Amino acid sequence: MKLVHKNIERDGCGSIGLIPEEPEDMWHAYNLVAVADAVTASTVRKVQTESSTGSSTSSRVRTTLTITVETIDFDTQACVLRLKGRNIVENQYVKMGAYHTLDLELNRKFTLQKPLWDSVALERVDQACDPAANADVAAVVMQEGLAHVCLITPSMTLVRSKIDITIPRKRKGFVQQHDKGLTKFYEAVMQGILRHVDFSIVKCVIIASPGFVKDQFFEYMMQQAVKTDNKLLIDNKGKFLLVKASSGFKHSLKEVLQEPAVMAKISDTKAASEVKLLESFYTMLQLEPAKAFYGKKHIERANDAQAIEILMISDKLFRCQDIQQRKDYVAIVDSVRDNGGEVRIFSSMHVSGEQLDQLTGIAAILRFPMPELEDSDADGESDSDSD
Amino acid sequence: MARHRDIRNRSYSEDYDDDDVYGYSVEEDSCLSPSDASQWIYDRNRSQQVDLLQSHNDIQEEPEEDSIADTSLPGHERRESMDFRSLNLDEEDEAKLMSCLDELRNVIGDTISDNILIQAVMKHKFDFTKSLDEILNRNRDSEIPKIEPVKPVIIVDPSKAPVILTVDKAPKVIATNAEPKAVGIVKGFKVGQDGSSGSRPQTPRDQSPCPERMLKTDQSDEIRVTPKAKENRLDANTQYANERGSEKDHLYIVVIGHVDAGKSTLMGRLLCELGEVSQRTLHKYEQESKKIGKQSFMYAWVLDETGEERVRGITMDVGRAQFETKTKRVTILDAPGHADFIPNMITGAGQADVALLVVDATRGEFESGFDFGGQTREHALLVRSLGVSQLAVAVNKLDTTNWSQERFNEITKKLKAFLKQAGFKDSDVTYVPCSGLTGENLVKPPAEAGLIKWYNGPSLLDVVDKFNVPERPVSKPLRMSVNDVYKGTGSGFCVAGRIENGLINKGDKVLVCPTKEVAEVRNISINEMTTNVAFAGDQVSVTLTGVDMQNVSVGYVLSDPIQQVPVATRFEARIVVFNIKVPITKGFPVLIHHQSLVESANIVKLKSLLNKSTGELVKKKPRCLGNNCVAVVEIEVCRPICVERYKDVKELGRVMLRVAGATIAAGLITNIVST
Repeated sequence: MKLVHKNIERDGCGSIGLIPEEPEDMWHAYNLVAVADAVTASTVRKVQTESSTGSSTSSRVRTTLTITVETIDFDTQACVLRLKGRNIVENQYVKMGAYHTLDLELNRKFTLQKPLWDSVALERVDQACDPAANADVAAVVMQEGLAHVCLITPSMTLVRSKIDITIPRKRKGFVQQHDKGLTKFYEAVMQGILRHVDFSIVKCVIIASPGFVKDQFFEYMMQQAVKTDNKLLIDNKGKFLLVKASSGFKHSLKEVLQEPAVMAKISDTKAASEVKLLESFYTMLQLEPAKAFYGKKHIERANDAQAIEILMISDKLFRCQDIQQRKDYVAIVDSVRDNGGEVRIFSSMHVSGEQLDQLTGIAAILRFPMPELEDSDADGESDSDSD
Repeated sequence: MARHRDIRNRSYSEDYDDDDVYGYSVEEDSCLSPSDASQWIYDRNRSQQVDLLQSHNDIQEEPEEDSIADTSLPGHERRESMDFRSLNLDEEDEAKLMSCLDELRNVIGDTISDNILIQAVMKHKFDFTKSLDEILNRNRDSEIPKIEPVKPVIIVDPSKAPVILTVDKAPKVIATNAEPKAVGIVKGFKVGQDGSSGSRPQTPRDQSPCPERMLKTDQSDEIRVTPKAKENRLDANTQYANERGSEKDHLYIVVIGHVDAGKSTLMGRLLCELGEVSQRTLHKYEQESKKIGKQSFMYAWVLDETGEERVRGITMDVGRAQFETKTKRVTILDAPGHADFIPNMITGAGQADVALLVVDATRGEFESGFDFGGQTREHALLVRSLGVSQLAVAVNKLDTTNWSQERFNEITKKLKAFLKQAGFKDSDVTYVPCSGLTGENLVKPPAEAGLIKWYNGPSLLDVVDKFNVPERPVSKPLRMSVNDVYKGTGSGFCVAGRIENGLINKGDKVLVCPTKEVAEVRNISINEMTTNVAFAGDQVSVTLTGVDMQNVSVGYVLSDPIQQVPVATRFEARIVVFNIKVPITKGFPVLIHHQSLVESANIVKLKSLLNKSTGELVKKKPRCLGNNCVAVVEIEVCRPICVERYKDVKELGRVMLRVAGATIAAGLITNIVST
């Protein structure tokens, strides 16, 4: 993302101009834009004009519109952000108050005007504009009959293709059916890799599976590459990395990202550090339950005691429609920072973020144990759990 | 022409009269008195006196209202191959039997199989008349349901149709008005809940007429049906008794243990000793295994068939084989021991009645398999959680310790303590010292001097023979879990799996869940042998038509079309947490193993923590679940799956939760949450 201009007043309101450059930037934009913000972007609108004789013609015109956002849609597969709202700036084609849906486009500037730019939003802008942090990794987690071809970008894990094929079991006299099914499956996975992995971008391709599936698959793929003279695969043979995973389901990516061999390759991606952090939270919960807490109520109380060392919070919480709630969370983040704590905003598009989302979206490791939290408000907790 | 017409109009009685007259005119009056003549001349008006023909007349006059059913041996009907020679008759009896049979055939034609005729004849000691009576009576009896008059109360009970074994009758099941009432029979489910889960449209296919109509539950219908259902249940049981009463019991054993404990070798050797493997094949294996320098694997090759498995020297998928003991027909499921293939092992164990735990007695090997995160513990816990309560422990490779008694005792002591904790009763666990490679103490009693000194217990085969066969719930509605889908020969495709509940007849309509498509059973085979009916507990492969192979996958359930299996994405379970590295919290992603299905799921709610021994509530809404605790949680699965509450169907009410290649918990489904 490119930052074009930044105009923020003392009181926090103002506008920022940005140019998204890659699909991932759409995700950042999605996290920045909130309901009631004003967005200015160039768009195409179908305009009907009536001539003096009464005949009407319709034509598509490119124009720049400013709307107040009412609904936000993000398509994770295509990485497209769609904003719907009413026009608020007089325009020669579009009346005031007319609805329009903006599709934010790559490499076209848009301006975002917010009534309040809080710290989380500003941090997001910085993060989005940091050019160093883009290292893409492709990962294939597989088991016999099931595979996920994923693309791991700094802030997103995208499942590009899911392959689910029933492979007949081995049985007396029917071994060839099993082998045939397996070959079909490997072929499908290989096609998935060829179609979805851009070898010019990705640093490495991780193939993870339990047992020998990964070895068999890799062998098959290389054989096929030689057979069909596929230069792409042969040239990039060194990029493949075989690691162990317990299953072919998406969340076993978590294990993959903890693998030392993988860590070394992708250490700077957010995904790996998030997984590590969440794991340390769980370890803490096991060893010293009084030092690890989750749920908004508990975190607020721990924060009041200035006890939070590391706060983990999912970016999903900042996307919520309720402005007051967002304010609460921003307040927690700011106060933890002020108290010298560390704040990690998890991307809900990563596997670890998904898990944190399920775990109320907010969790913390404390500096010192607070057993009173654990005992005192069992009833208070039930309130927060009930939602 | 005139002549022709004349013939046609001729009165035959006149002819006879003429004849009479004619004969009369030729013979001398005195030679034949009218009474004598009447003796020889046929007169249809007079009652029959000719002995030979008497029986024919009997058939006509047999009272129609006679209703004594004599179908005491319907079970033999299907064994067409039965030969009368097997009845051990002497020549005279055989001749009598043959003549009787010929006469019967003259009367009734070829519609009834030889077996039944022979049985009837034997029963009545070659009395032609009586046996004919019996056959005709039983025939008529079995026909009654087919021509049942349509009275308002009696509805053709679809569930009864299979019992008659007429393939053509079953298909119309869904169209009859019988099925709404059946909702009432679904025992143990709240009707509303069942209805909603049954009719929730999930796919376009779901909106097929069958589940939709389920909703129109008529209260009055429910009441009417109850006795019918009972009748059906009775039929299932009697059918089971008829089919299987005479045979040896089927028993399924899963062989478990740490990797390289020698499971496959032990089983391979056992099969060889029992003569299930031909000498030639064995020789072939020996030569081939020698060639790649793995001669010790030659017995394992009996069960490990794919090239991959042989090259690597480990079992990867469940291998299976059959043998017979004195009282049982045993099917062994040879589970892989490697940690990576535990999902396969769970599939195998889910189909088994009892388990055989193989441990390696070699010094260091037992310890690594048992103490340091080996699979011995995990496997034992898994099979126990999967409902296996009887266990035999084969202490294998005892020859490497010179049949040392101390070693055997040391191992059994350790295992005893652990297995007790895992929930096995001491009385249900048997320990057998043996050696798979040398074949010691497998089939024959031990011959090794070192072993005889201190061991006088049973051999492995005896232990297997002594296992109790669990009761098969044949009378419940059909549930069959699918663990393999493959192309068979001929039309349709095959699904293999285990029938958990009920029975399945050739020609039945079954519902493929969770997609809820109706399929027809074309063929059933058990161990590659075609049969007409299979019962709960059997491992069968079923040829289906009416659905696409693409739409059936491993983990699906074939269900009774009327009493359907519930389909849900969210359910409540009581779980027992094993030894875990990190605690379970809300939102914990897990893999759920349910029969042969593996699906990713989330623990969405921790409802309560229970006391481990008493089951009392300790804490409501705990923050996290630590080691070895018992808790009630809510689990949400990514895709809808077929689950049953544990109290309804045990096999379909069990789940295993696994994370990162380790089993973290086992659970019983207590409630199905309709979403």
